[in-house]
Amino acid sequence: MTPLQVTYSLFVGTGVVLLVASIIGWALKTAVAKGQPHATIDNLNTRIKAWWVMVLVVSLAFVFGRTGVILLFAFISFFALREFLTLTYTRSSDYFALAMAFFVVLPVQYVLVYAGWYGLFSIFIPVYVCLLLPILEVLAGDIMRFLERTSKIQWGLMICVYCISHVPALLTLDIPGYEDRNLLLIAFLVIVVQSSDVLQYVWGKLFGKHKVAPEVSPSKTVEGLIGGILSATALGAALWWITPFNPWQAALMALAINAMGFFGGLVMSAIKRDRGVKDWGHMIEGHGGMLDRLDSVVFAAPIFFHLTRYFWA
Amino acid sequence: MPTFDALCAYALCVFTRTLTGARMLWVGCAPAAIPRVYYGNHNAHADFALIWSCLPDDLRERTRPVAGADYWLKGKLRTFIAQRVIRAVLIDRNPETRKEDPIKQMADVIDQGDSLIVFPEGTRNTTEETLLPFKSGIYYLAHARPETEFVPVWIENARRVMPKGKLLPLPLLCTLTVGAPVTIGNGEDKEVFVARTRNALLALRPPQA
Repeated sequence: MTPLQVTYSLFVGTGVVLLVASIIGWALKTAVAKGQPHATIDNLNTRIKAWWVMVLVVSLAFVFGRTGVILLFAFISFFALREFLTLTYTRSSDYFALAMAFFVVLPVQYVLVYAGWYGLFSIFIPVYVCLLLPILEVLAGDIMRFLERTSKIQWGLMICVYCISHVPALLTLDIPGYEDRNLLLIAFLVIVVQSSDVLQYVWGKLFGKHKVAPEVSPSKTVEGLIGGILSATALGAALWWITPFNPWQAALMALAINAMGFFGGLVMSAIKRDRGVKDWGHMIEGHGGMLDRLDSVVFAAPIFFHLTRYFWA
Repeated sequence: MPTFDALCAYALCVFTRTLTGARMLWVGCAPAAIPRVYYGNHNAHADFALIWSCLPDDLRERTRPVAGADYWLKGKLRTFIAQRVIRAVLIDRNPETRKEDPIKQMADVIDQGDSLIVFPEGTRNTTEETLLPFKSGIYYLAHARPETEFVPVWIENARRVMPKGKLLPLPLLCTLTVGAPVTIGNGEDKEVFVARTRNALLALRPPQA
């Protein structure tokens, strides 16, 4: 299949899945809830609507190619960073560091990804920003909870800017035999990780009994986890034809990113619980904030990027 | 064809709401097209912009922030924004030099059917205190127009978005919580009414982690 045919099949496939989901949601509302308000079913339908919007937005970005995708993820990083830093304790002395984070570090990271400068975009935040940030903070002269404030801003930049930027960074990889198809790698990552989320939720609702980490996340169950990850890995294997991998390689990659996705979700849940909030924000109706939707992708993206780069590029 | 002023007003709304992701949670009442006095906690210049931008369009056109003339009439840009864009009610904060009674200015606005946005603390709170004591202006206004609804609006996070002295706002999430309206009781004492309005506002503060 030509790249164009592959892309079309992928979009048609996604559209069909969403349509089936919408029909199931409508059927549940009519048959089970009989049109009356019903917490779980209404939440499900709101989530499905949000999925339609997200798929449309991402598809639109794909139409605009490399620039569209990089811009999209730059905005996604912006919303995520805003949510993360809103929930961290900062003082008025952090103003300059925060302004640098939003208005310098974020754009620079994405410009580096756009330029494909791997040597710098892979270390800019973990090394340079990590060292420059505390220098800025110490020059502001406020030592109250100094290490806590600096670390939290650095962590916010790692999760919301560095990790998320590794999704569009997939476009910079030079994979022999797979030229001009890198957008499909992004599609593979996003579809597999998000399906893993959805499937864990579905399996959990249907068969969930033993909680995985009740202190951290009240809804994650062992049954949901295993059912979800295995079925999402199977889905990843089934999508091998949009990637440069063969089916069993696709399965292993999918397993790796699903595992990272699950643990990423768990870590972000722990941070939220410690802070006493249920969601990072309220941008996406039915899901919460931007970071709530992406908490699995953030841990999976850099690993997927580096594994692909190491073995295929 | 909308006027230049209207376009600027629209741009200010879009900018404020996009930057802060501000949401207005109508917890204690619903939006209504009657003259109301919205009063909030004051931490940053952005406060009036936040309440003003998040009101429904039809209400925003008839809502005027109350602001100090000494600050807002300095310079062409500030005068333009205050008089043409946000249509502020400008009062002279100095009791010696002022020619008009601010309470009468505000009461006139209510008589015309418009709403007001006021900050009873009188100045931006830069202390560690949650809420400064209220000035008594709010009582005198309520006394002059007893049927007016005073609607508390708690603004969360504005101080972090625009700390004192800084011009570039930080993009952080703000929430506005709107409480139940407070109306002055028959013959209610000044101290009692001021305390009641202050407590109504404090009660809206989101629980802090």
